[in-house]
Amino acid sequence: MSEFEYVRAEDVAGAVAIVSRDPGASFLAGGTTLLDLMLKDGVIAPGRVVDIGRLPLRGITRRDDSLLVGTLTTMEELAAYPTVAERAPFVREALLAGASTQLRNMATIGGNVLQRTRCRYFRDLAVAECNKRTPGSGCAAVTGPARMHAILGASEHCIALHASDLCVALVALDAIVHIQGVSGERTVALTEFYMLPGERPDIENVLEHGELVTQVEIPLLPAGARSGYLKVRDRASYEFALTSAAAALVIEEGTIAMARLALGGVGTIPWRAREAEAILEGKPANDQTFRAAADAAIRDAFTVPGTAFKVELAKRTIARVLQTVAEMRS
Amino acid sequence: MLQVNGRVRQLQLDSRVTLLDALRDHLELVGTKKGCDQGACGACTVLLDGKRVLSCLALAAQCDGREVTTIEGLARDGRLHPLQEAFIRHDGFQCGYCTPGQIMSAVALLEEGRATSDEEIREFMSGNLCRCGAYPNIVAAIREVAMLRRT
Repeated sequence: MSEFEYVRAEDVAGAVAIVSRDPGASFLAGGTTLLDLMLKDGVIAPGRVVDIGRLPLRGITRRDDSLLVGTLTTMEELAAYPTVAERAPFVREALLAGASTQLRNMATIGGNVLQRTRCRYFRDLAVAECNKRTPGSGCAAVTGPARMHAILGASEHCIALHASDLCVALVALDAIVHIQGVSGERTVALTEFYMLPGERPDIENVLEHGELVTQVEIPLLPAGARSGYLKVRDRASYEFALTSAAAALVIEEGTIAMARLALGGVGTIPWRAREAEAILEGKPANDQTFRAAADAAIRDAFTVPGTAFKVELAKRTIARVLQTVAEMRS
Repeated sequence: MLQVNGRVRQLQLDSRVTLLDALRDHLELVGTKKGCDQGACGACTVLLDGKRVLSCLALAAQCDGREVTTIEGLARDGRLHPLQEAFIRHDGFQCGYCTPGQIMSAVALLEEGRATSDEEIREFMSGNLCRCGAYPNIVAAIREVAMLRRT
């Protein structure tokens, strides 16, 4: 484990300034990703760690039909916020489906958005081929045993999965990321925030080095919408998704007036299924429609032998969550 | 500075030291166990400002000035915590290695009000693995204390 300098940030501007001018510096929030990768796996080795944990970026405020969630708000805190249960229940379900209470008490919302992949080849320094760790070195996951890997947005360059549950619901809601840099603030839609791996799997999002996610803005569902999150996994709890789906529907007299659908466990980024939404809207809320949407969502999958099962599993996950949500009372 | 089980402890540590290693190696509080040391097993669970967390994934420096409660801090006036007694009564362990983490997690679970059914206990204790498979007895111990608290 490499040595590093520990710095406690005094204010947001100072934290951004320190990290921006030092390519070897890294922000530290909840630590559940960063310390794991630094201290345990040795995959990353920042020379300076800037602890932002005590900055005033924690807490939730309501603004019109959105929640402004401070980046340091923990997953447990967001899950416990009453408006989330009332107006975006699938966000709460996704939060509580992730990790354990201990981890949710530590892990922050900003950190959840920025979490690194759980790909075991990425996390194992004994594996030389990893385009995400060492650009141009290849991808051991494509040729080796794979299971917890992506089939959408994936290619022979990288099949590393974005394992967040929360972000699946957040991309369905068109969440917005608020970013502070040395030269000011900007906002980016979460659906535009992540970069597909393409030929540069090491570049995961639009952040410049030193930019800090300060808030995540979560638009609430319209009145009359119903929503659900379904996670399919190898054990009943405390496990990453094999497949998952977040769905929100407005159904008027048996017809789908609005549909939001996003997928987890299958994408190199939290996956918004817009083609499926287009099929759902205006159609009767029945099994035939749901299956057609599922087929549309999982087109163009890139599979390896270990992940081929996810194509059908993901379709069934989508159909099931849509059925469940359609049967809810609005 | 850490406030551990009600006592103020001053420490001068390398920046790399985790809260878990600070407790075990520098404060000789070895009740908190190192299992996976990677946030996957729950053996190192402690309370930080009253909330359950994994001490293996926190730097000691991050916890400066905060209150830590470990398994050694549960007994009062020489009497075990009701959950400790219940774990003994229900044989809620075999090898015992995960037990301090299980009990610390269960203490928080009761505070969170998440022990209203066996299903809920299982779900919200899922971050604590027991390789011996003592789960039925762990659930029984927690259920008993939860019921006593409600009556």
